[in-house]
Amino acid sequence: MALLEVKNLVKAFGGLKAVNNVSFNVEEGEIFGLIGPNGSGKTTIFNCINNYFPVTAGDIVFKGKTITGLKTYKICHLGIGRTFQVVKPLSRLTVLGNITASAFCRVNSIREAQDEAYRVLEFCGLLDEKDKLAKSLPLAGRKRLEIARALATKPDLLLLDETAAGLNPTELDNAIELIKKIRDKRITILIVEHIMKVIMTISDRVHVLNFGQTIAEGSPKKVAKNAAVIEAYLGEGYAQG
Amino acid sequence: MNTKNIAFLVAGVVFLSFPLVIHSDYYQHLVIIALMWVVIGSSWNLLAGYTGLVSFGHAIFFGTGAYTAGILFTKVGISAWWGMMFGGIASMVIGLIVGWVCLRLRGPYFALATLAGGEIFRLIATNWESLTEGMVGILIIQTFKSKILYYYSALALAFLCVYIIHLLMKTKWGYYFLSIREDQDAAESLGINTTLYKNLSLLMSAFFTGMAGAFYMNYMAFIDPEVVFSLHHISIMAILVGIVGGVATILGPTVGAFVMVGVQEIFRSAFFGAGPKWVSQVHALVFGLLVIFVIMFLAKGIVGDWPKIRRAVFRIGESTR
Repeated sequence: MALLEVKNLVKAFGGLKAVNNVSFNVEEGEIFGLIGPNGSGKTTIFNCINNYFPVTAGDIVFKGKTITGLKTYKICHLGIGRTFQVVKPLSRLTVLGNITASAFCRVNSIREAQDEAYRVLEFCGLLDEKDKLAKSLPLAGRKRLEIARALATKPDLLLLDETAAGLNPTELDNAIELIKKIRDKRITILIVEHIMKVIMTISDRVHVLNFGQTIAEGSPKKVAKNAAVIEAYLGEGYAQG
Repeated sequence: MNTKNIAFLVAGVVFLSFPLVIHSDYYQHLVIIALMWVVIGSSWNLLAGYTGLVSFGHAIFFGTGAYTAGILFTKVGISAWWGMMFGGIASMVIGLIVGWVCLRLRGPYFALATLAGGEIFRLIATNWESLTEGMVGILIIQTFKSKILYYYSALALAFLCVYIIHLLMKTKWGYYFLSIREDQDAAESLGINTTLYKNLSLLMSAFFTGMAGAFYMNYMAFIDPEVVFSLHHISIMAILVGIVGGVATILGPTVGAFVMVGVQEIFRSAFFGAGPKWVSQVHALVFGLLVIFVIMFLAKGIVGDWPKIRRAVFRIGESTR
């Protein structure tokens, strides 16, 4: 049984079908990449999975249980953590405060929450920044904070929404290292990414969308050679070669 | 012992010995009113400062508390001191209804809804004469002649309110309130039941404000809708106490309460009777100017911007030397 099953998902905004009949399974322990050109519906799928907005049709099944329509906070309690593409730090709290607040998802006492927060801070390499206000962090730090915060809720499945976007090459390598470390902790990862270096080096399987529809799925190597994928990214003329 | 502990110790001694040293009814009255505002300001701050839900309708809870105590005394014959507990509980019940309606809204829309709510409650209290006596108001007999017992009960209530909020902000609830203030969507995705915690914050705030209202009934022995459901004298005053003292600081509303009650009294009494009579007419104007001053120069309030004030004072001290 797959950890997460997305079944015939449809999300329409008025007449526009941002996601049209998309299905995929994410297996336990893998890194599953979700890619596609701008506006192909990747983030929309994330928002449907944690019910940030309601789905139009289709089902989302997590650990064999249908979670479609459950409240966002309950989905988090079931074990799905997410980051936001447009980072949403708790600006006027410190980095430690941000992570402590998330750690309360699993524990009730401040001591346990802070212990957990320190573990996550160390794991994510944010220990030196712990007393800074979240709003004073540079973008790379805020992206890392997003991940740390999601990890503090102890997810089984982590949804990463473009955590590498806007990072310089060094920061990018660090981000890839961190994602691999998370996988090694046996946390399944569903990642949306534009930067091919990231997707191609870390994903076990990739699912490609265009205009809200599936055009390919498979290993990164196989997908990269797929004619429909090349056409979607580069244009029709490149697809024959 | 560090300076902070010494400061708290001194404050404690001053507050505990105040009515024993100062026998003037007038000054005791002012401090009792200020202590009541500490409670209202701190409760407002819990909701607005820490949870980010700016209420323009705290008179709803103050008035409900006052009327509950008053009605229980006149209609049922229950001592208005018991009424303090019931006043707090009644305000929580009203808080549930207010929350059910207003907490669907965010930001300025929540503020506007609570503003409207306050006016609705004032009109209900004015017109439901069989229950509230309408504009005639409710008059009870004061329990004590001396102000000392009122003073100590106000002090106990203020201390409990501030201390409980102080402790609360170090727990899961406190962190969740702050998360909701900072970003409600992020909070929800981190597993926070935002609807529940927004209601909890509102209910706690309503409870303490209701207690303060019931205390007011006890102490003043007379209420009418224009006093306890007043937009100007209660709802706006609660906001001013918070803003002047310092939003989202533990001691801000306490400082704000004493400053605002002091300023109000200085102008209401026309500089304690020394100034021309028209001074008493302009106190609303002075409030306005004070708020403009605080927002322009001390955006975080007296407590929040204390380092800034200290630096400024220190500079003046140096230049005169």
